[in-house]
Amino acid sequence: MLTETLTPTKTTTPTAHTALLASKALKQNKTQGDCTHEVNVTPANKPDRMAWVTHLAAIRDNQDQSAFAEVFGYFAPRVKAFLMKSGASPDLAEDVTQEVMATLWRKAHMFDPAKASVSTWIFTIARNRRIDVLRKQRRPEPEDLTWGPEAEPDQEDVLALQQESAQLGEAIAALPDKQRELIVRAYYGELTHSEIADATGLPLGTIKSRIRLALDRLRHQLK
Amino acid sequence: MMNEIKHHLTDALLMAYSAGSLPEGFNLVVATHISMCDECRARMHEFDTVGGAVMDAEAPEGLSDGSFAATLALIAAEPKDAIVAKPAKGDLPAPLQDYVGGNLADVKWRKVGGGVRQAILKTDKSASVRLLHIPAGAQMPDHGHRGTELTLVLQGAFKDETDRFGAGDIEVASEDDHHQPVAEMGQDCICLAATDAPLRFNSWIPRIAQPFLRI
Repeated sequence: MLTETLTPTKTTTPTAHTALLASKALKQNKTQGDCTHEVNVTPANKPDRMAWVTHLAAIRDNQDQSAFAEVFGYFAPRVKAFLMKSGASPDLAEDVTQEVMATLWRKAHMFDPAKASVSTWIFTIARNRRIDVLRKQRRPEPEDLTWGPEAEPDQEDVLALQQESAQLGEAIAALPDKQRELIVRAYYGELTHSEIADATGLPLGTIKSRIRLALDRLRHQLK
Repeated sequence: MMNEIKHHLTDALLMAYSAGSLPEGFNLVVATHISMCDECRARMHEFDTVGGAVMDAEAPEGLSDGSFAATLALIAAEPKDAIVAKPAKGDLPAPLQDYVGGNLADVKWRKVGGGVRQAILKTDKSASVRLLHIPAGAQMPDHGHRGTELTLVLQGAFKDETDRFGAGDIEVASEDDHHQPVAEMGQDCICLAATDAPLRFNSWIPRIAQPFLRI
């Protein structure tokens, strides 16, 4: 973590330490090809979503580069894979991935863990960049409800939403191949809305019910 | 505008919006409806969560060696997002305000006959989107569709063969629907409508006028 004693120019200069951390994390991803992570590994060998939330807070509050290196090590290779599956060349996917991760740093103060998991939030950044770069299109966004996220969202809400997000991921992974493939293709941008509407057996009810409760809670707070 | 919204976005539209595969004009209607509808806002978050899970499940793709350093260099060049002041609250939902360039009073209406006025909003060509101003009690031309048409009520209400649509309600009409919406008495009806194919009018006069009106 960088301290206040460093000059402003140094706070944004890559340090050997963080670069090493990132390359370690990358190597791990390359060799194991799994979602194993050096720290905060749960018994199921999956990274703990609450740990990512803490990392985002460290980036926001302390410009913590080692926390950023860990987030980068886990998510950047997945963002790149997602962009390539969505039609980007490896070079373009690499460039866009770097932009997405830089956006995560710059907008860390906008991340609201009561509304989204870190992977959901990164997905929305990556999707928006994809629309911008690959489709050269504007994407109107809904009006913000409030002035950014609340300073201290309720920890219970955060925990509930993070757990529901994890369960949703498990529910999707457990779907029969055909159904899961349809969902994945929709998110690669391969299906139009009419094709999604016509796709029979798209198990939207099943996958969504997982996260319904947490979001219902959120919705009632908004009213 | 938080009255009871009865007609919501379909799952297919929300999923396509979340996936980023809708035409720009449809994105605008969806974003405007979500700005008015808490229910669909929550559903949008659900679909974004599905997208996050899809991305999270990807087999990691190796990055080039200098990738992390290059990202830190990008951050060094521009460390923090400038905080953008929120636009002053107008009478249109924020996404629509961007396209109109202001409030309802700034819309540049053009007459299209029968007292109906419209303003076409500039988007890419994959769909066309326009604001419609229908006098209270007036009828829209009877029309069918080749593609999908989304009609979001911003003010007033209209009725067609299927139901009543009030402020915030969205009608999703497909190829097979033929309808003849009538604006309710009492207040002029203002709608945001988008279609991904030209409308097909059932009387010959609007059909001739169609290329000129760009609807």
